[in-house]
Amino acid sequence: MIHFLVHDKKDTVGVIVVEGVKAGQDLVGWVMEGDSTVRVKALNDIPIGHKLATSPIKSGDTVIKYGHDIGKAVSDIRVGEHCHVHNLKTKRW
Amino acid sequence: MISNKSTFWGYRRENGRVGVRNHVIILPVDDLSNAACEAVGHNIKGTLAIPHPYGRLQFGADLELHFQTLIGAGANPNVAAVVVIGIEEGWTQRVVEGIAKTGKPVTGFGIELHGDHDTIMRASKVAKEYVQWASELRRVECPISDLWVSTKCGESDTTSGCGSNPTVGNAFDKLEPLGVTMCFGETTEITGGELIVADRCATPQVRERFMYMFNRYQEVIDRHKTSDLSESQPTKGNIAGGLTTIEEKALGNIQKIGHKCKVVGVLDKAEVPTGPGLWFMDSSSAAAEMVTLVAASGYVVHFFPTGQGNVIGNPILPVIKLSANPRTCRTMSEHIDLDVSGLLQRQKNLDQCGDELLEIMMRTCNGRLTAAEALGHREFVLTRLYESA
Repeated sequence: MIHFLVHDKKDTVGVIVVEGVKAGQDLVGWVMEGDSTVRVKALNDIPIGHKLATSPIKSGDTVIKYGHDIGKAVSDIRVGEHCHVHNLKTKRW
Repeated sequence: MISNKSTFWGYRRENGRVGVRNHVIILPVDDLSNAACEAVGHNIKGTLAIPHPYGRLQFGADLELHFQTLIGAGANPNVAAVVVIGIEEGWTQRVVEGIAKTGKPVTGFGIELHGDHDTIMRASKVAKEYVQWASELRRVECPISDLWVSTKCGESDTTSGCGSNPTVGNAFDKLEPLGVTMCFGETTEITGGELIVADRCATPQVRERFMYMFNRYQEVIDRHKTSDLSESQPTKGNIAGGLTTIEEKALGNIQKIGHKCKVVGVLDKAEVPTGPGLWFMDSSSAAAEMVTLVAASGYVVHFFPTGQGNVIGNPILPVIKLSANPRTCRTMSEHIDLDVSGLLQRQKNLDQCGDELLEIMMRTCNGRLTAAEALGHREFVLTRLYESA
């Protein structure tokens, strides 16, 4: 069972691909680039399609997905924590 | 497996272009003519009225785009014949003359000096002749290189970037060497991935024109924005689906252009491409606006990946929907033509999903109705550039 996907080895977030992930759950992630597996414990309930941090992210850090910049963290984000509009903002507009 | 020997069964039109549908449309020039067009559409079975809310007191580039979109819809090879109705003769004839350049049957009617009753009666007589004539046209076997395929995604979520958009990219990479004419667009939705697209442009001139179009649209956003556009771009649905920023959405969006295709040229809104390969069209990222623009530029079948479940269709352009979100495929199954959610669990690979999309594309081109067609989704939405006079 794969619980989350990571596009690129450089990424600091992954995407939950199953429904009903609960806080405290041990999750298996598939890193598509290089076809490897990582394990992370979820710190929050996270809906399908939403992101979790797979590396520790400091406030102000650039968040990486697809190997590219997808915006800046506006608070610290721990590994396994839900990463979304409350802690990640665009650098554009 | 698709190859340069692959063929499909289409309608070869007077100008040589090939359509995959055989519509007789009743096309209003303006909002005032919708009632008459819909009355003709009800009178004559097998015709299709395409109402829309604009066409009065527009001017300049906005008016030109209005004409180009209406003429392009009528000229699309998925359309066999057209009845045009406008409030007055002048602009009506302008649309008629634009469509007539294709050689297909087209007649226009102005309502002034006649009223709705007389206009509906005269237009219905012509529409009946057209639909009976069109009903005897037959599909002929056509090479795959006659196909024009567009793409645009909608109500995306993170599964779009993981699954359904890369599936389109895989299909495009397979279609490009076969001489197929393709298109993508959504100018604001490339924000954050613009340099990746720029690097895929075939020549420095194409790259320069792409960056010009990209920056032109950024200026529109900068001029009118009152926030960082969160809930508009990305949409509230995107955010519900887990997409957080425009950069993230853009990087998922451009998975649709695959890994091999070069961008051979840049089109303005509703502009007609002049050769095969992948074209970028400057366009809104709103689903129905963009799909209407590519229909007007002559594309005959469309790939529409969705995450949260956009239900869009188009009156003349068959819209094939695919999704990698297992919840959407379960809860909105009647809208989904191809379920690629197996990608997310490694049960399928991209190559298999790309082939499945091409198979459903060929079946659609040969006449199978898409989910959107069967459900009656006929969104026809004209892009406006600014206020009417």
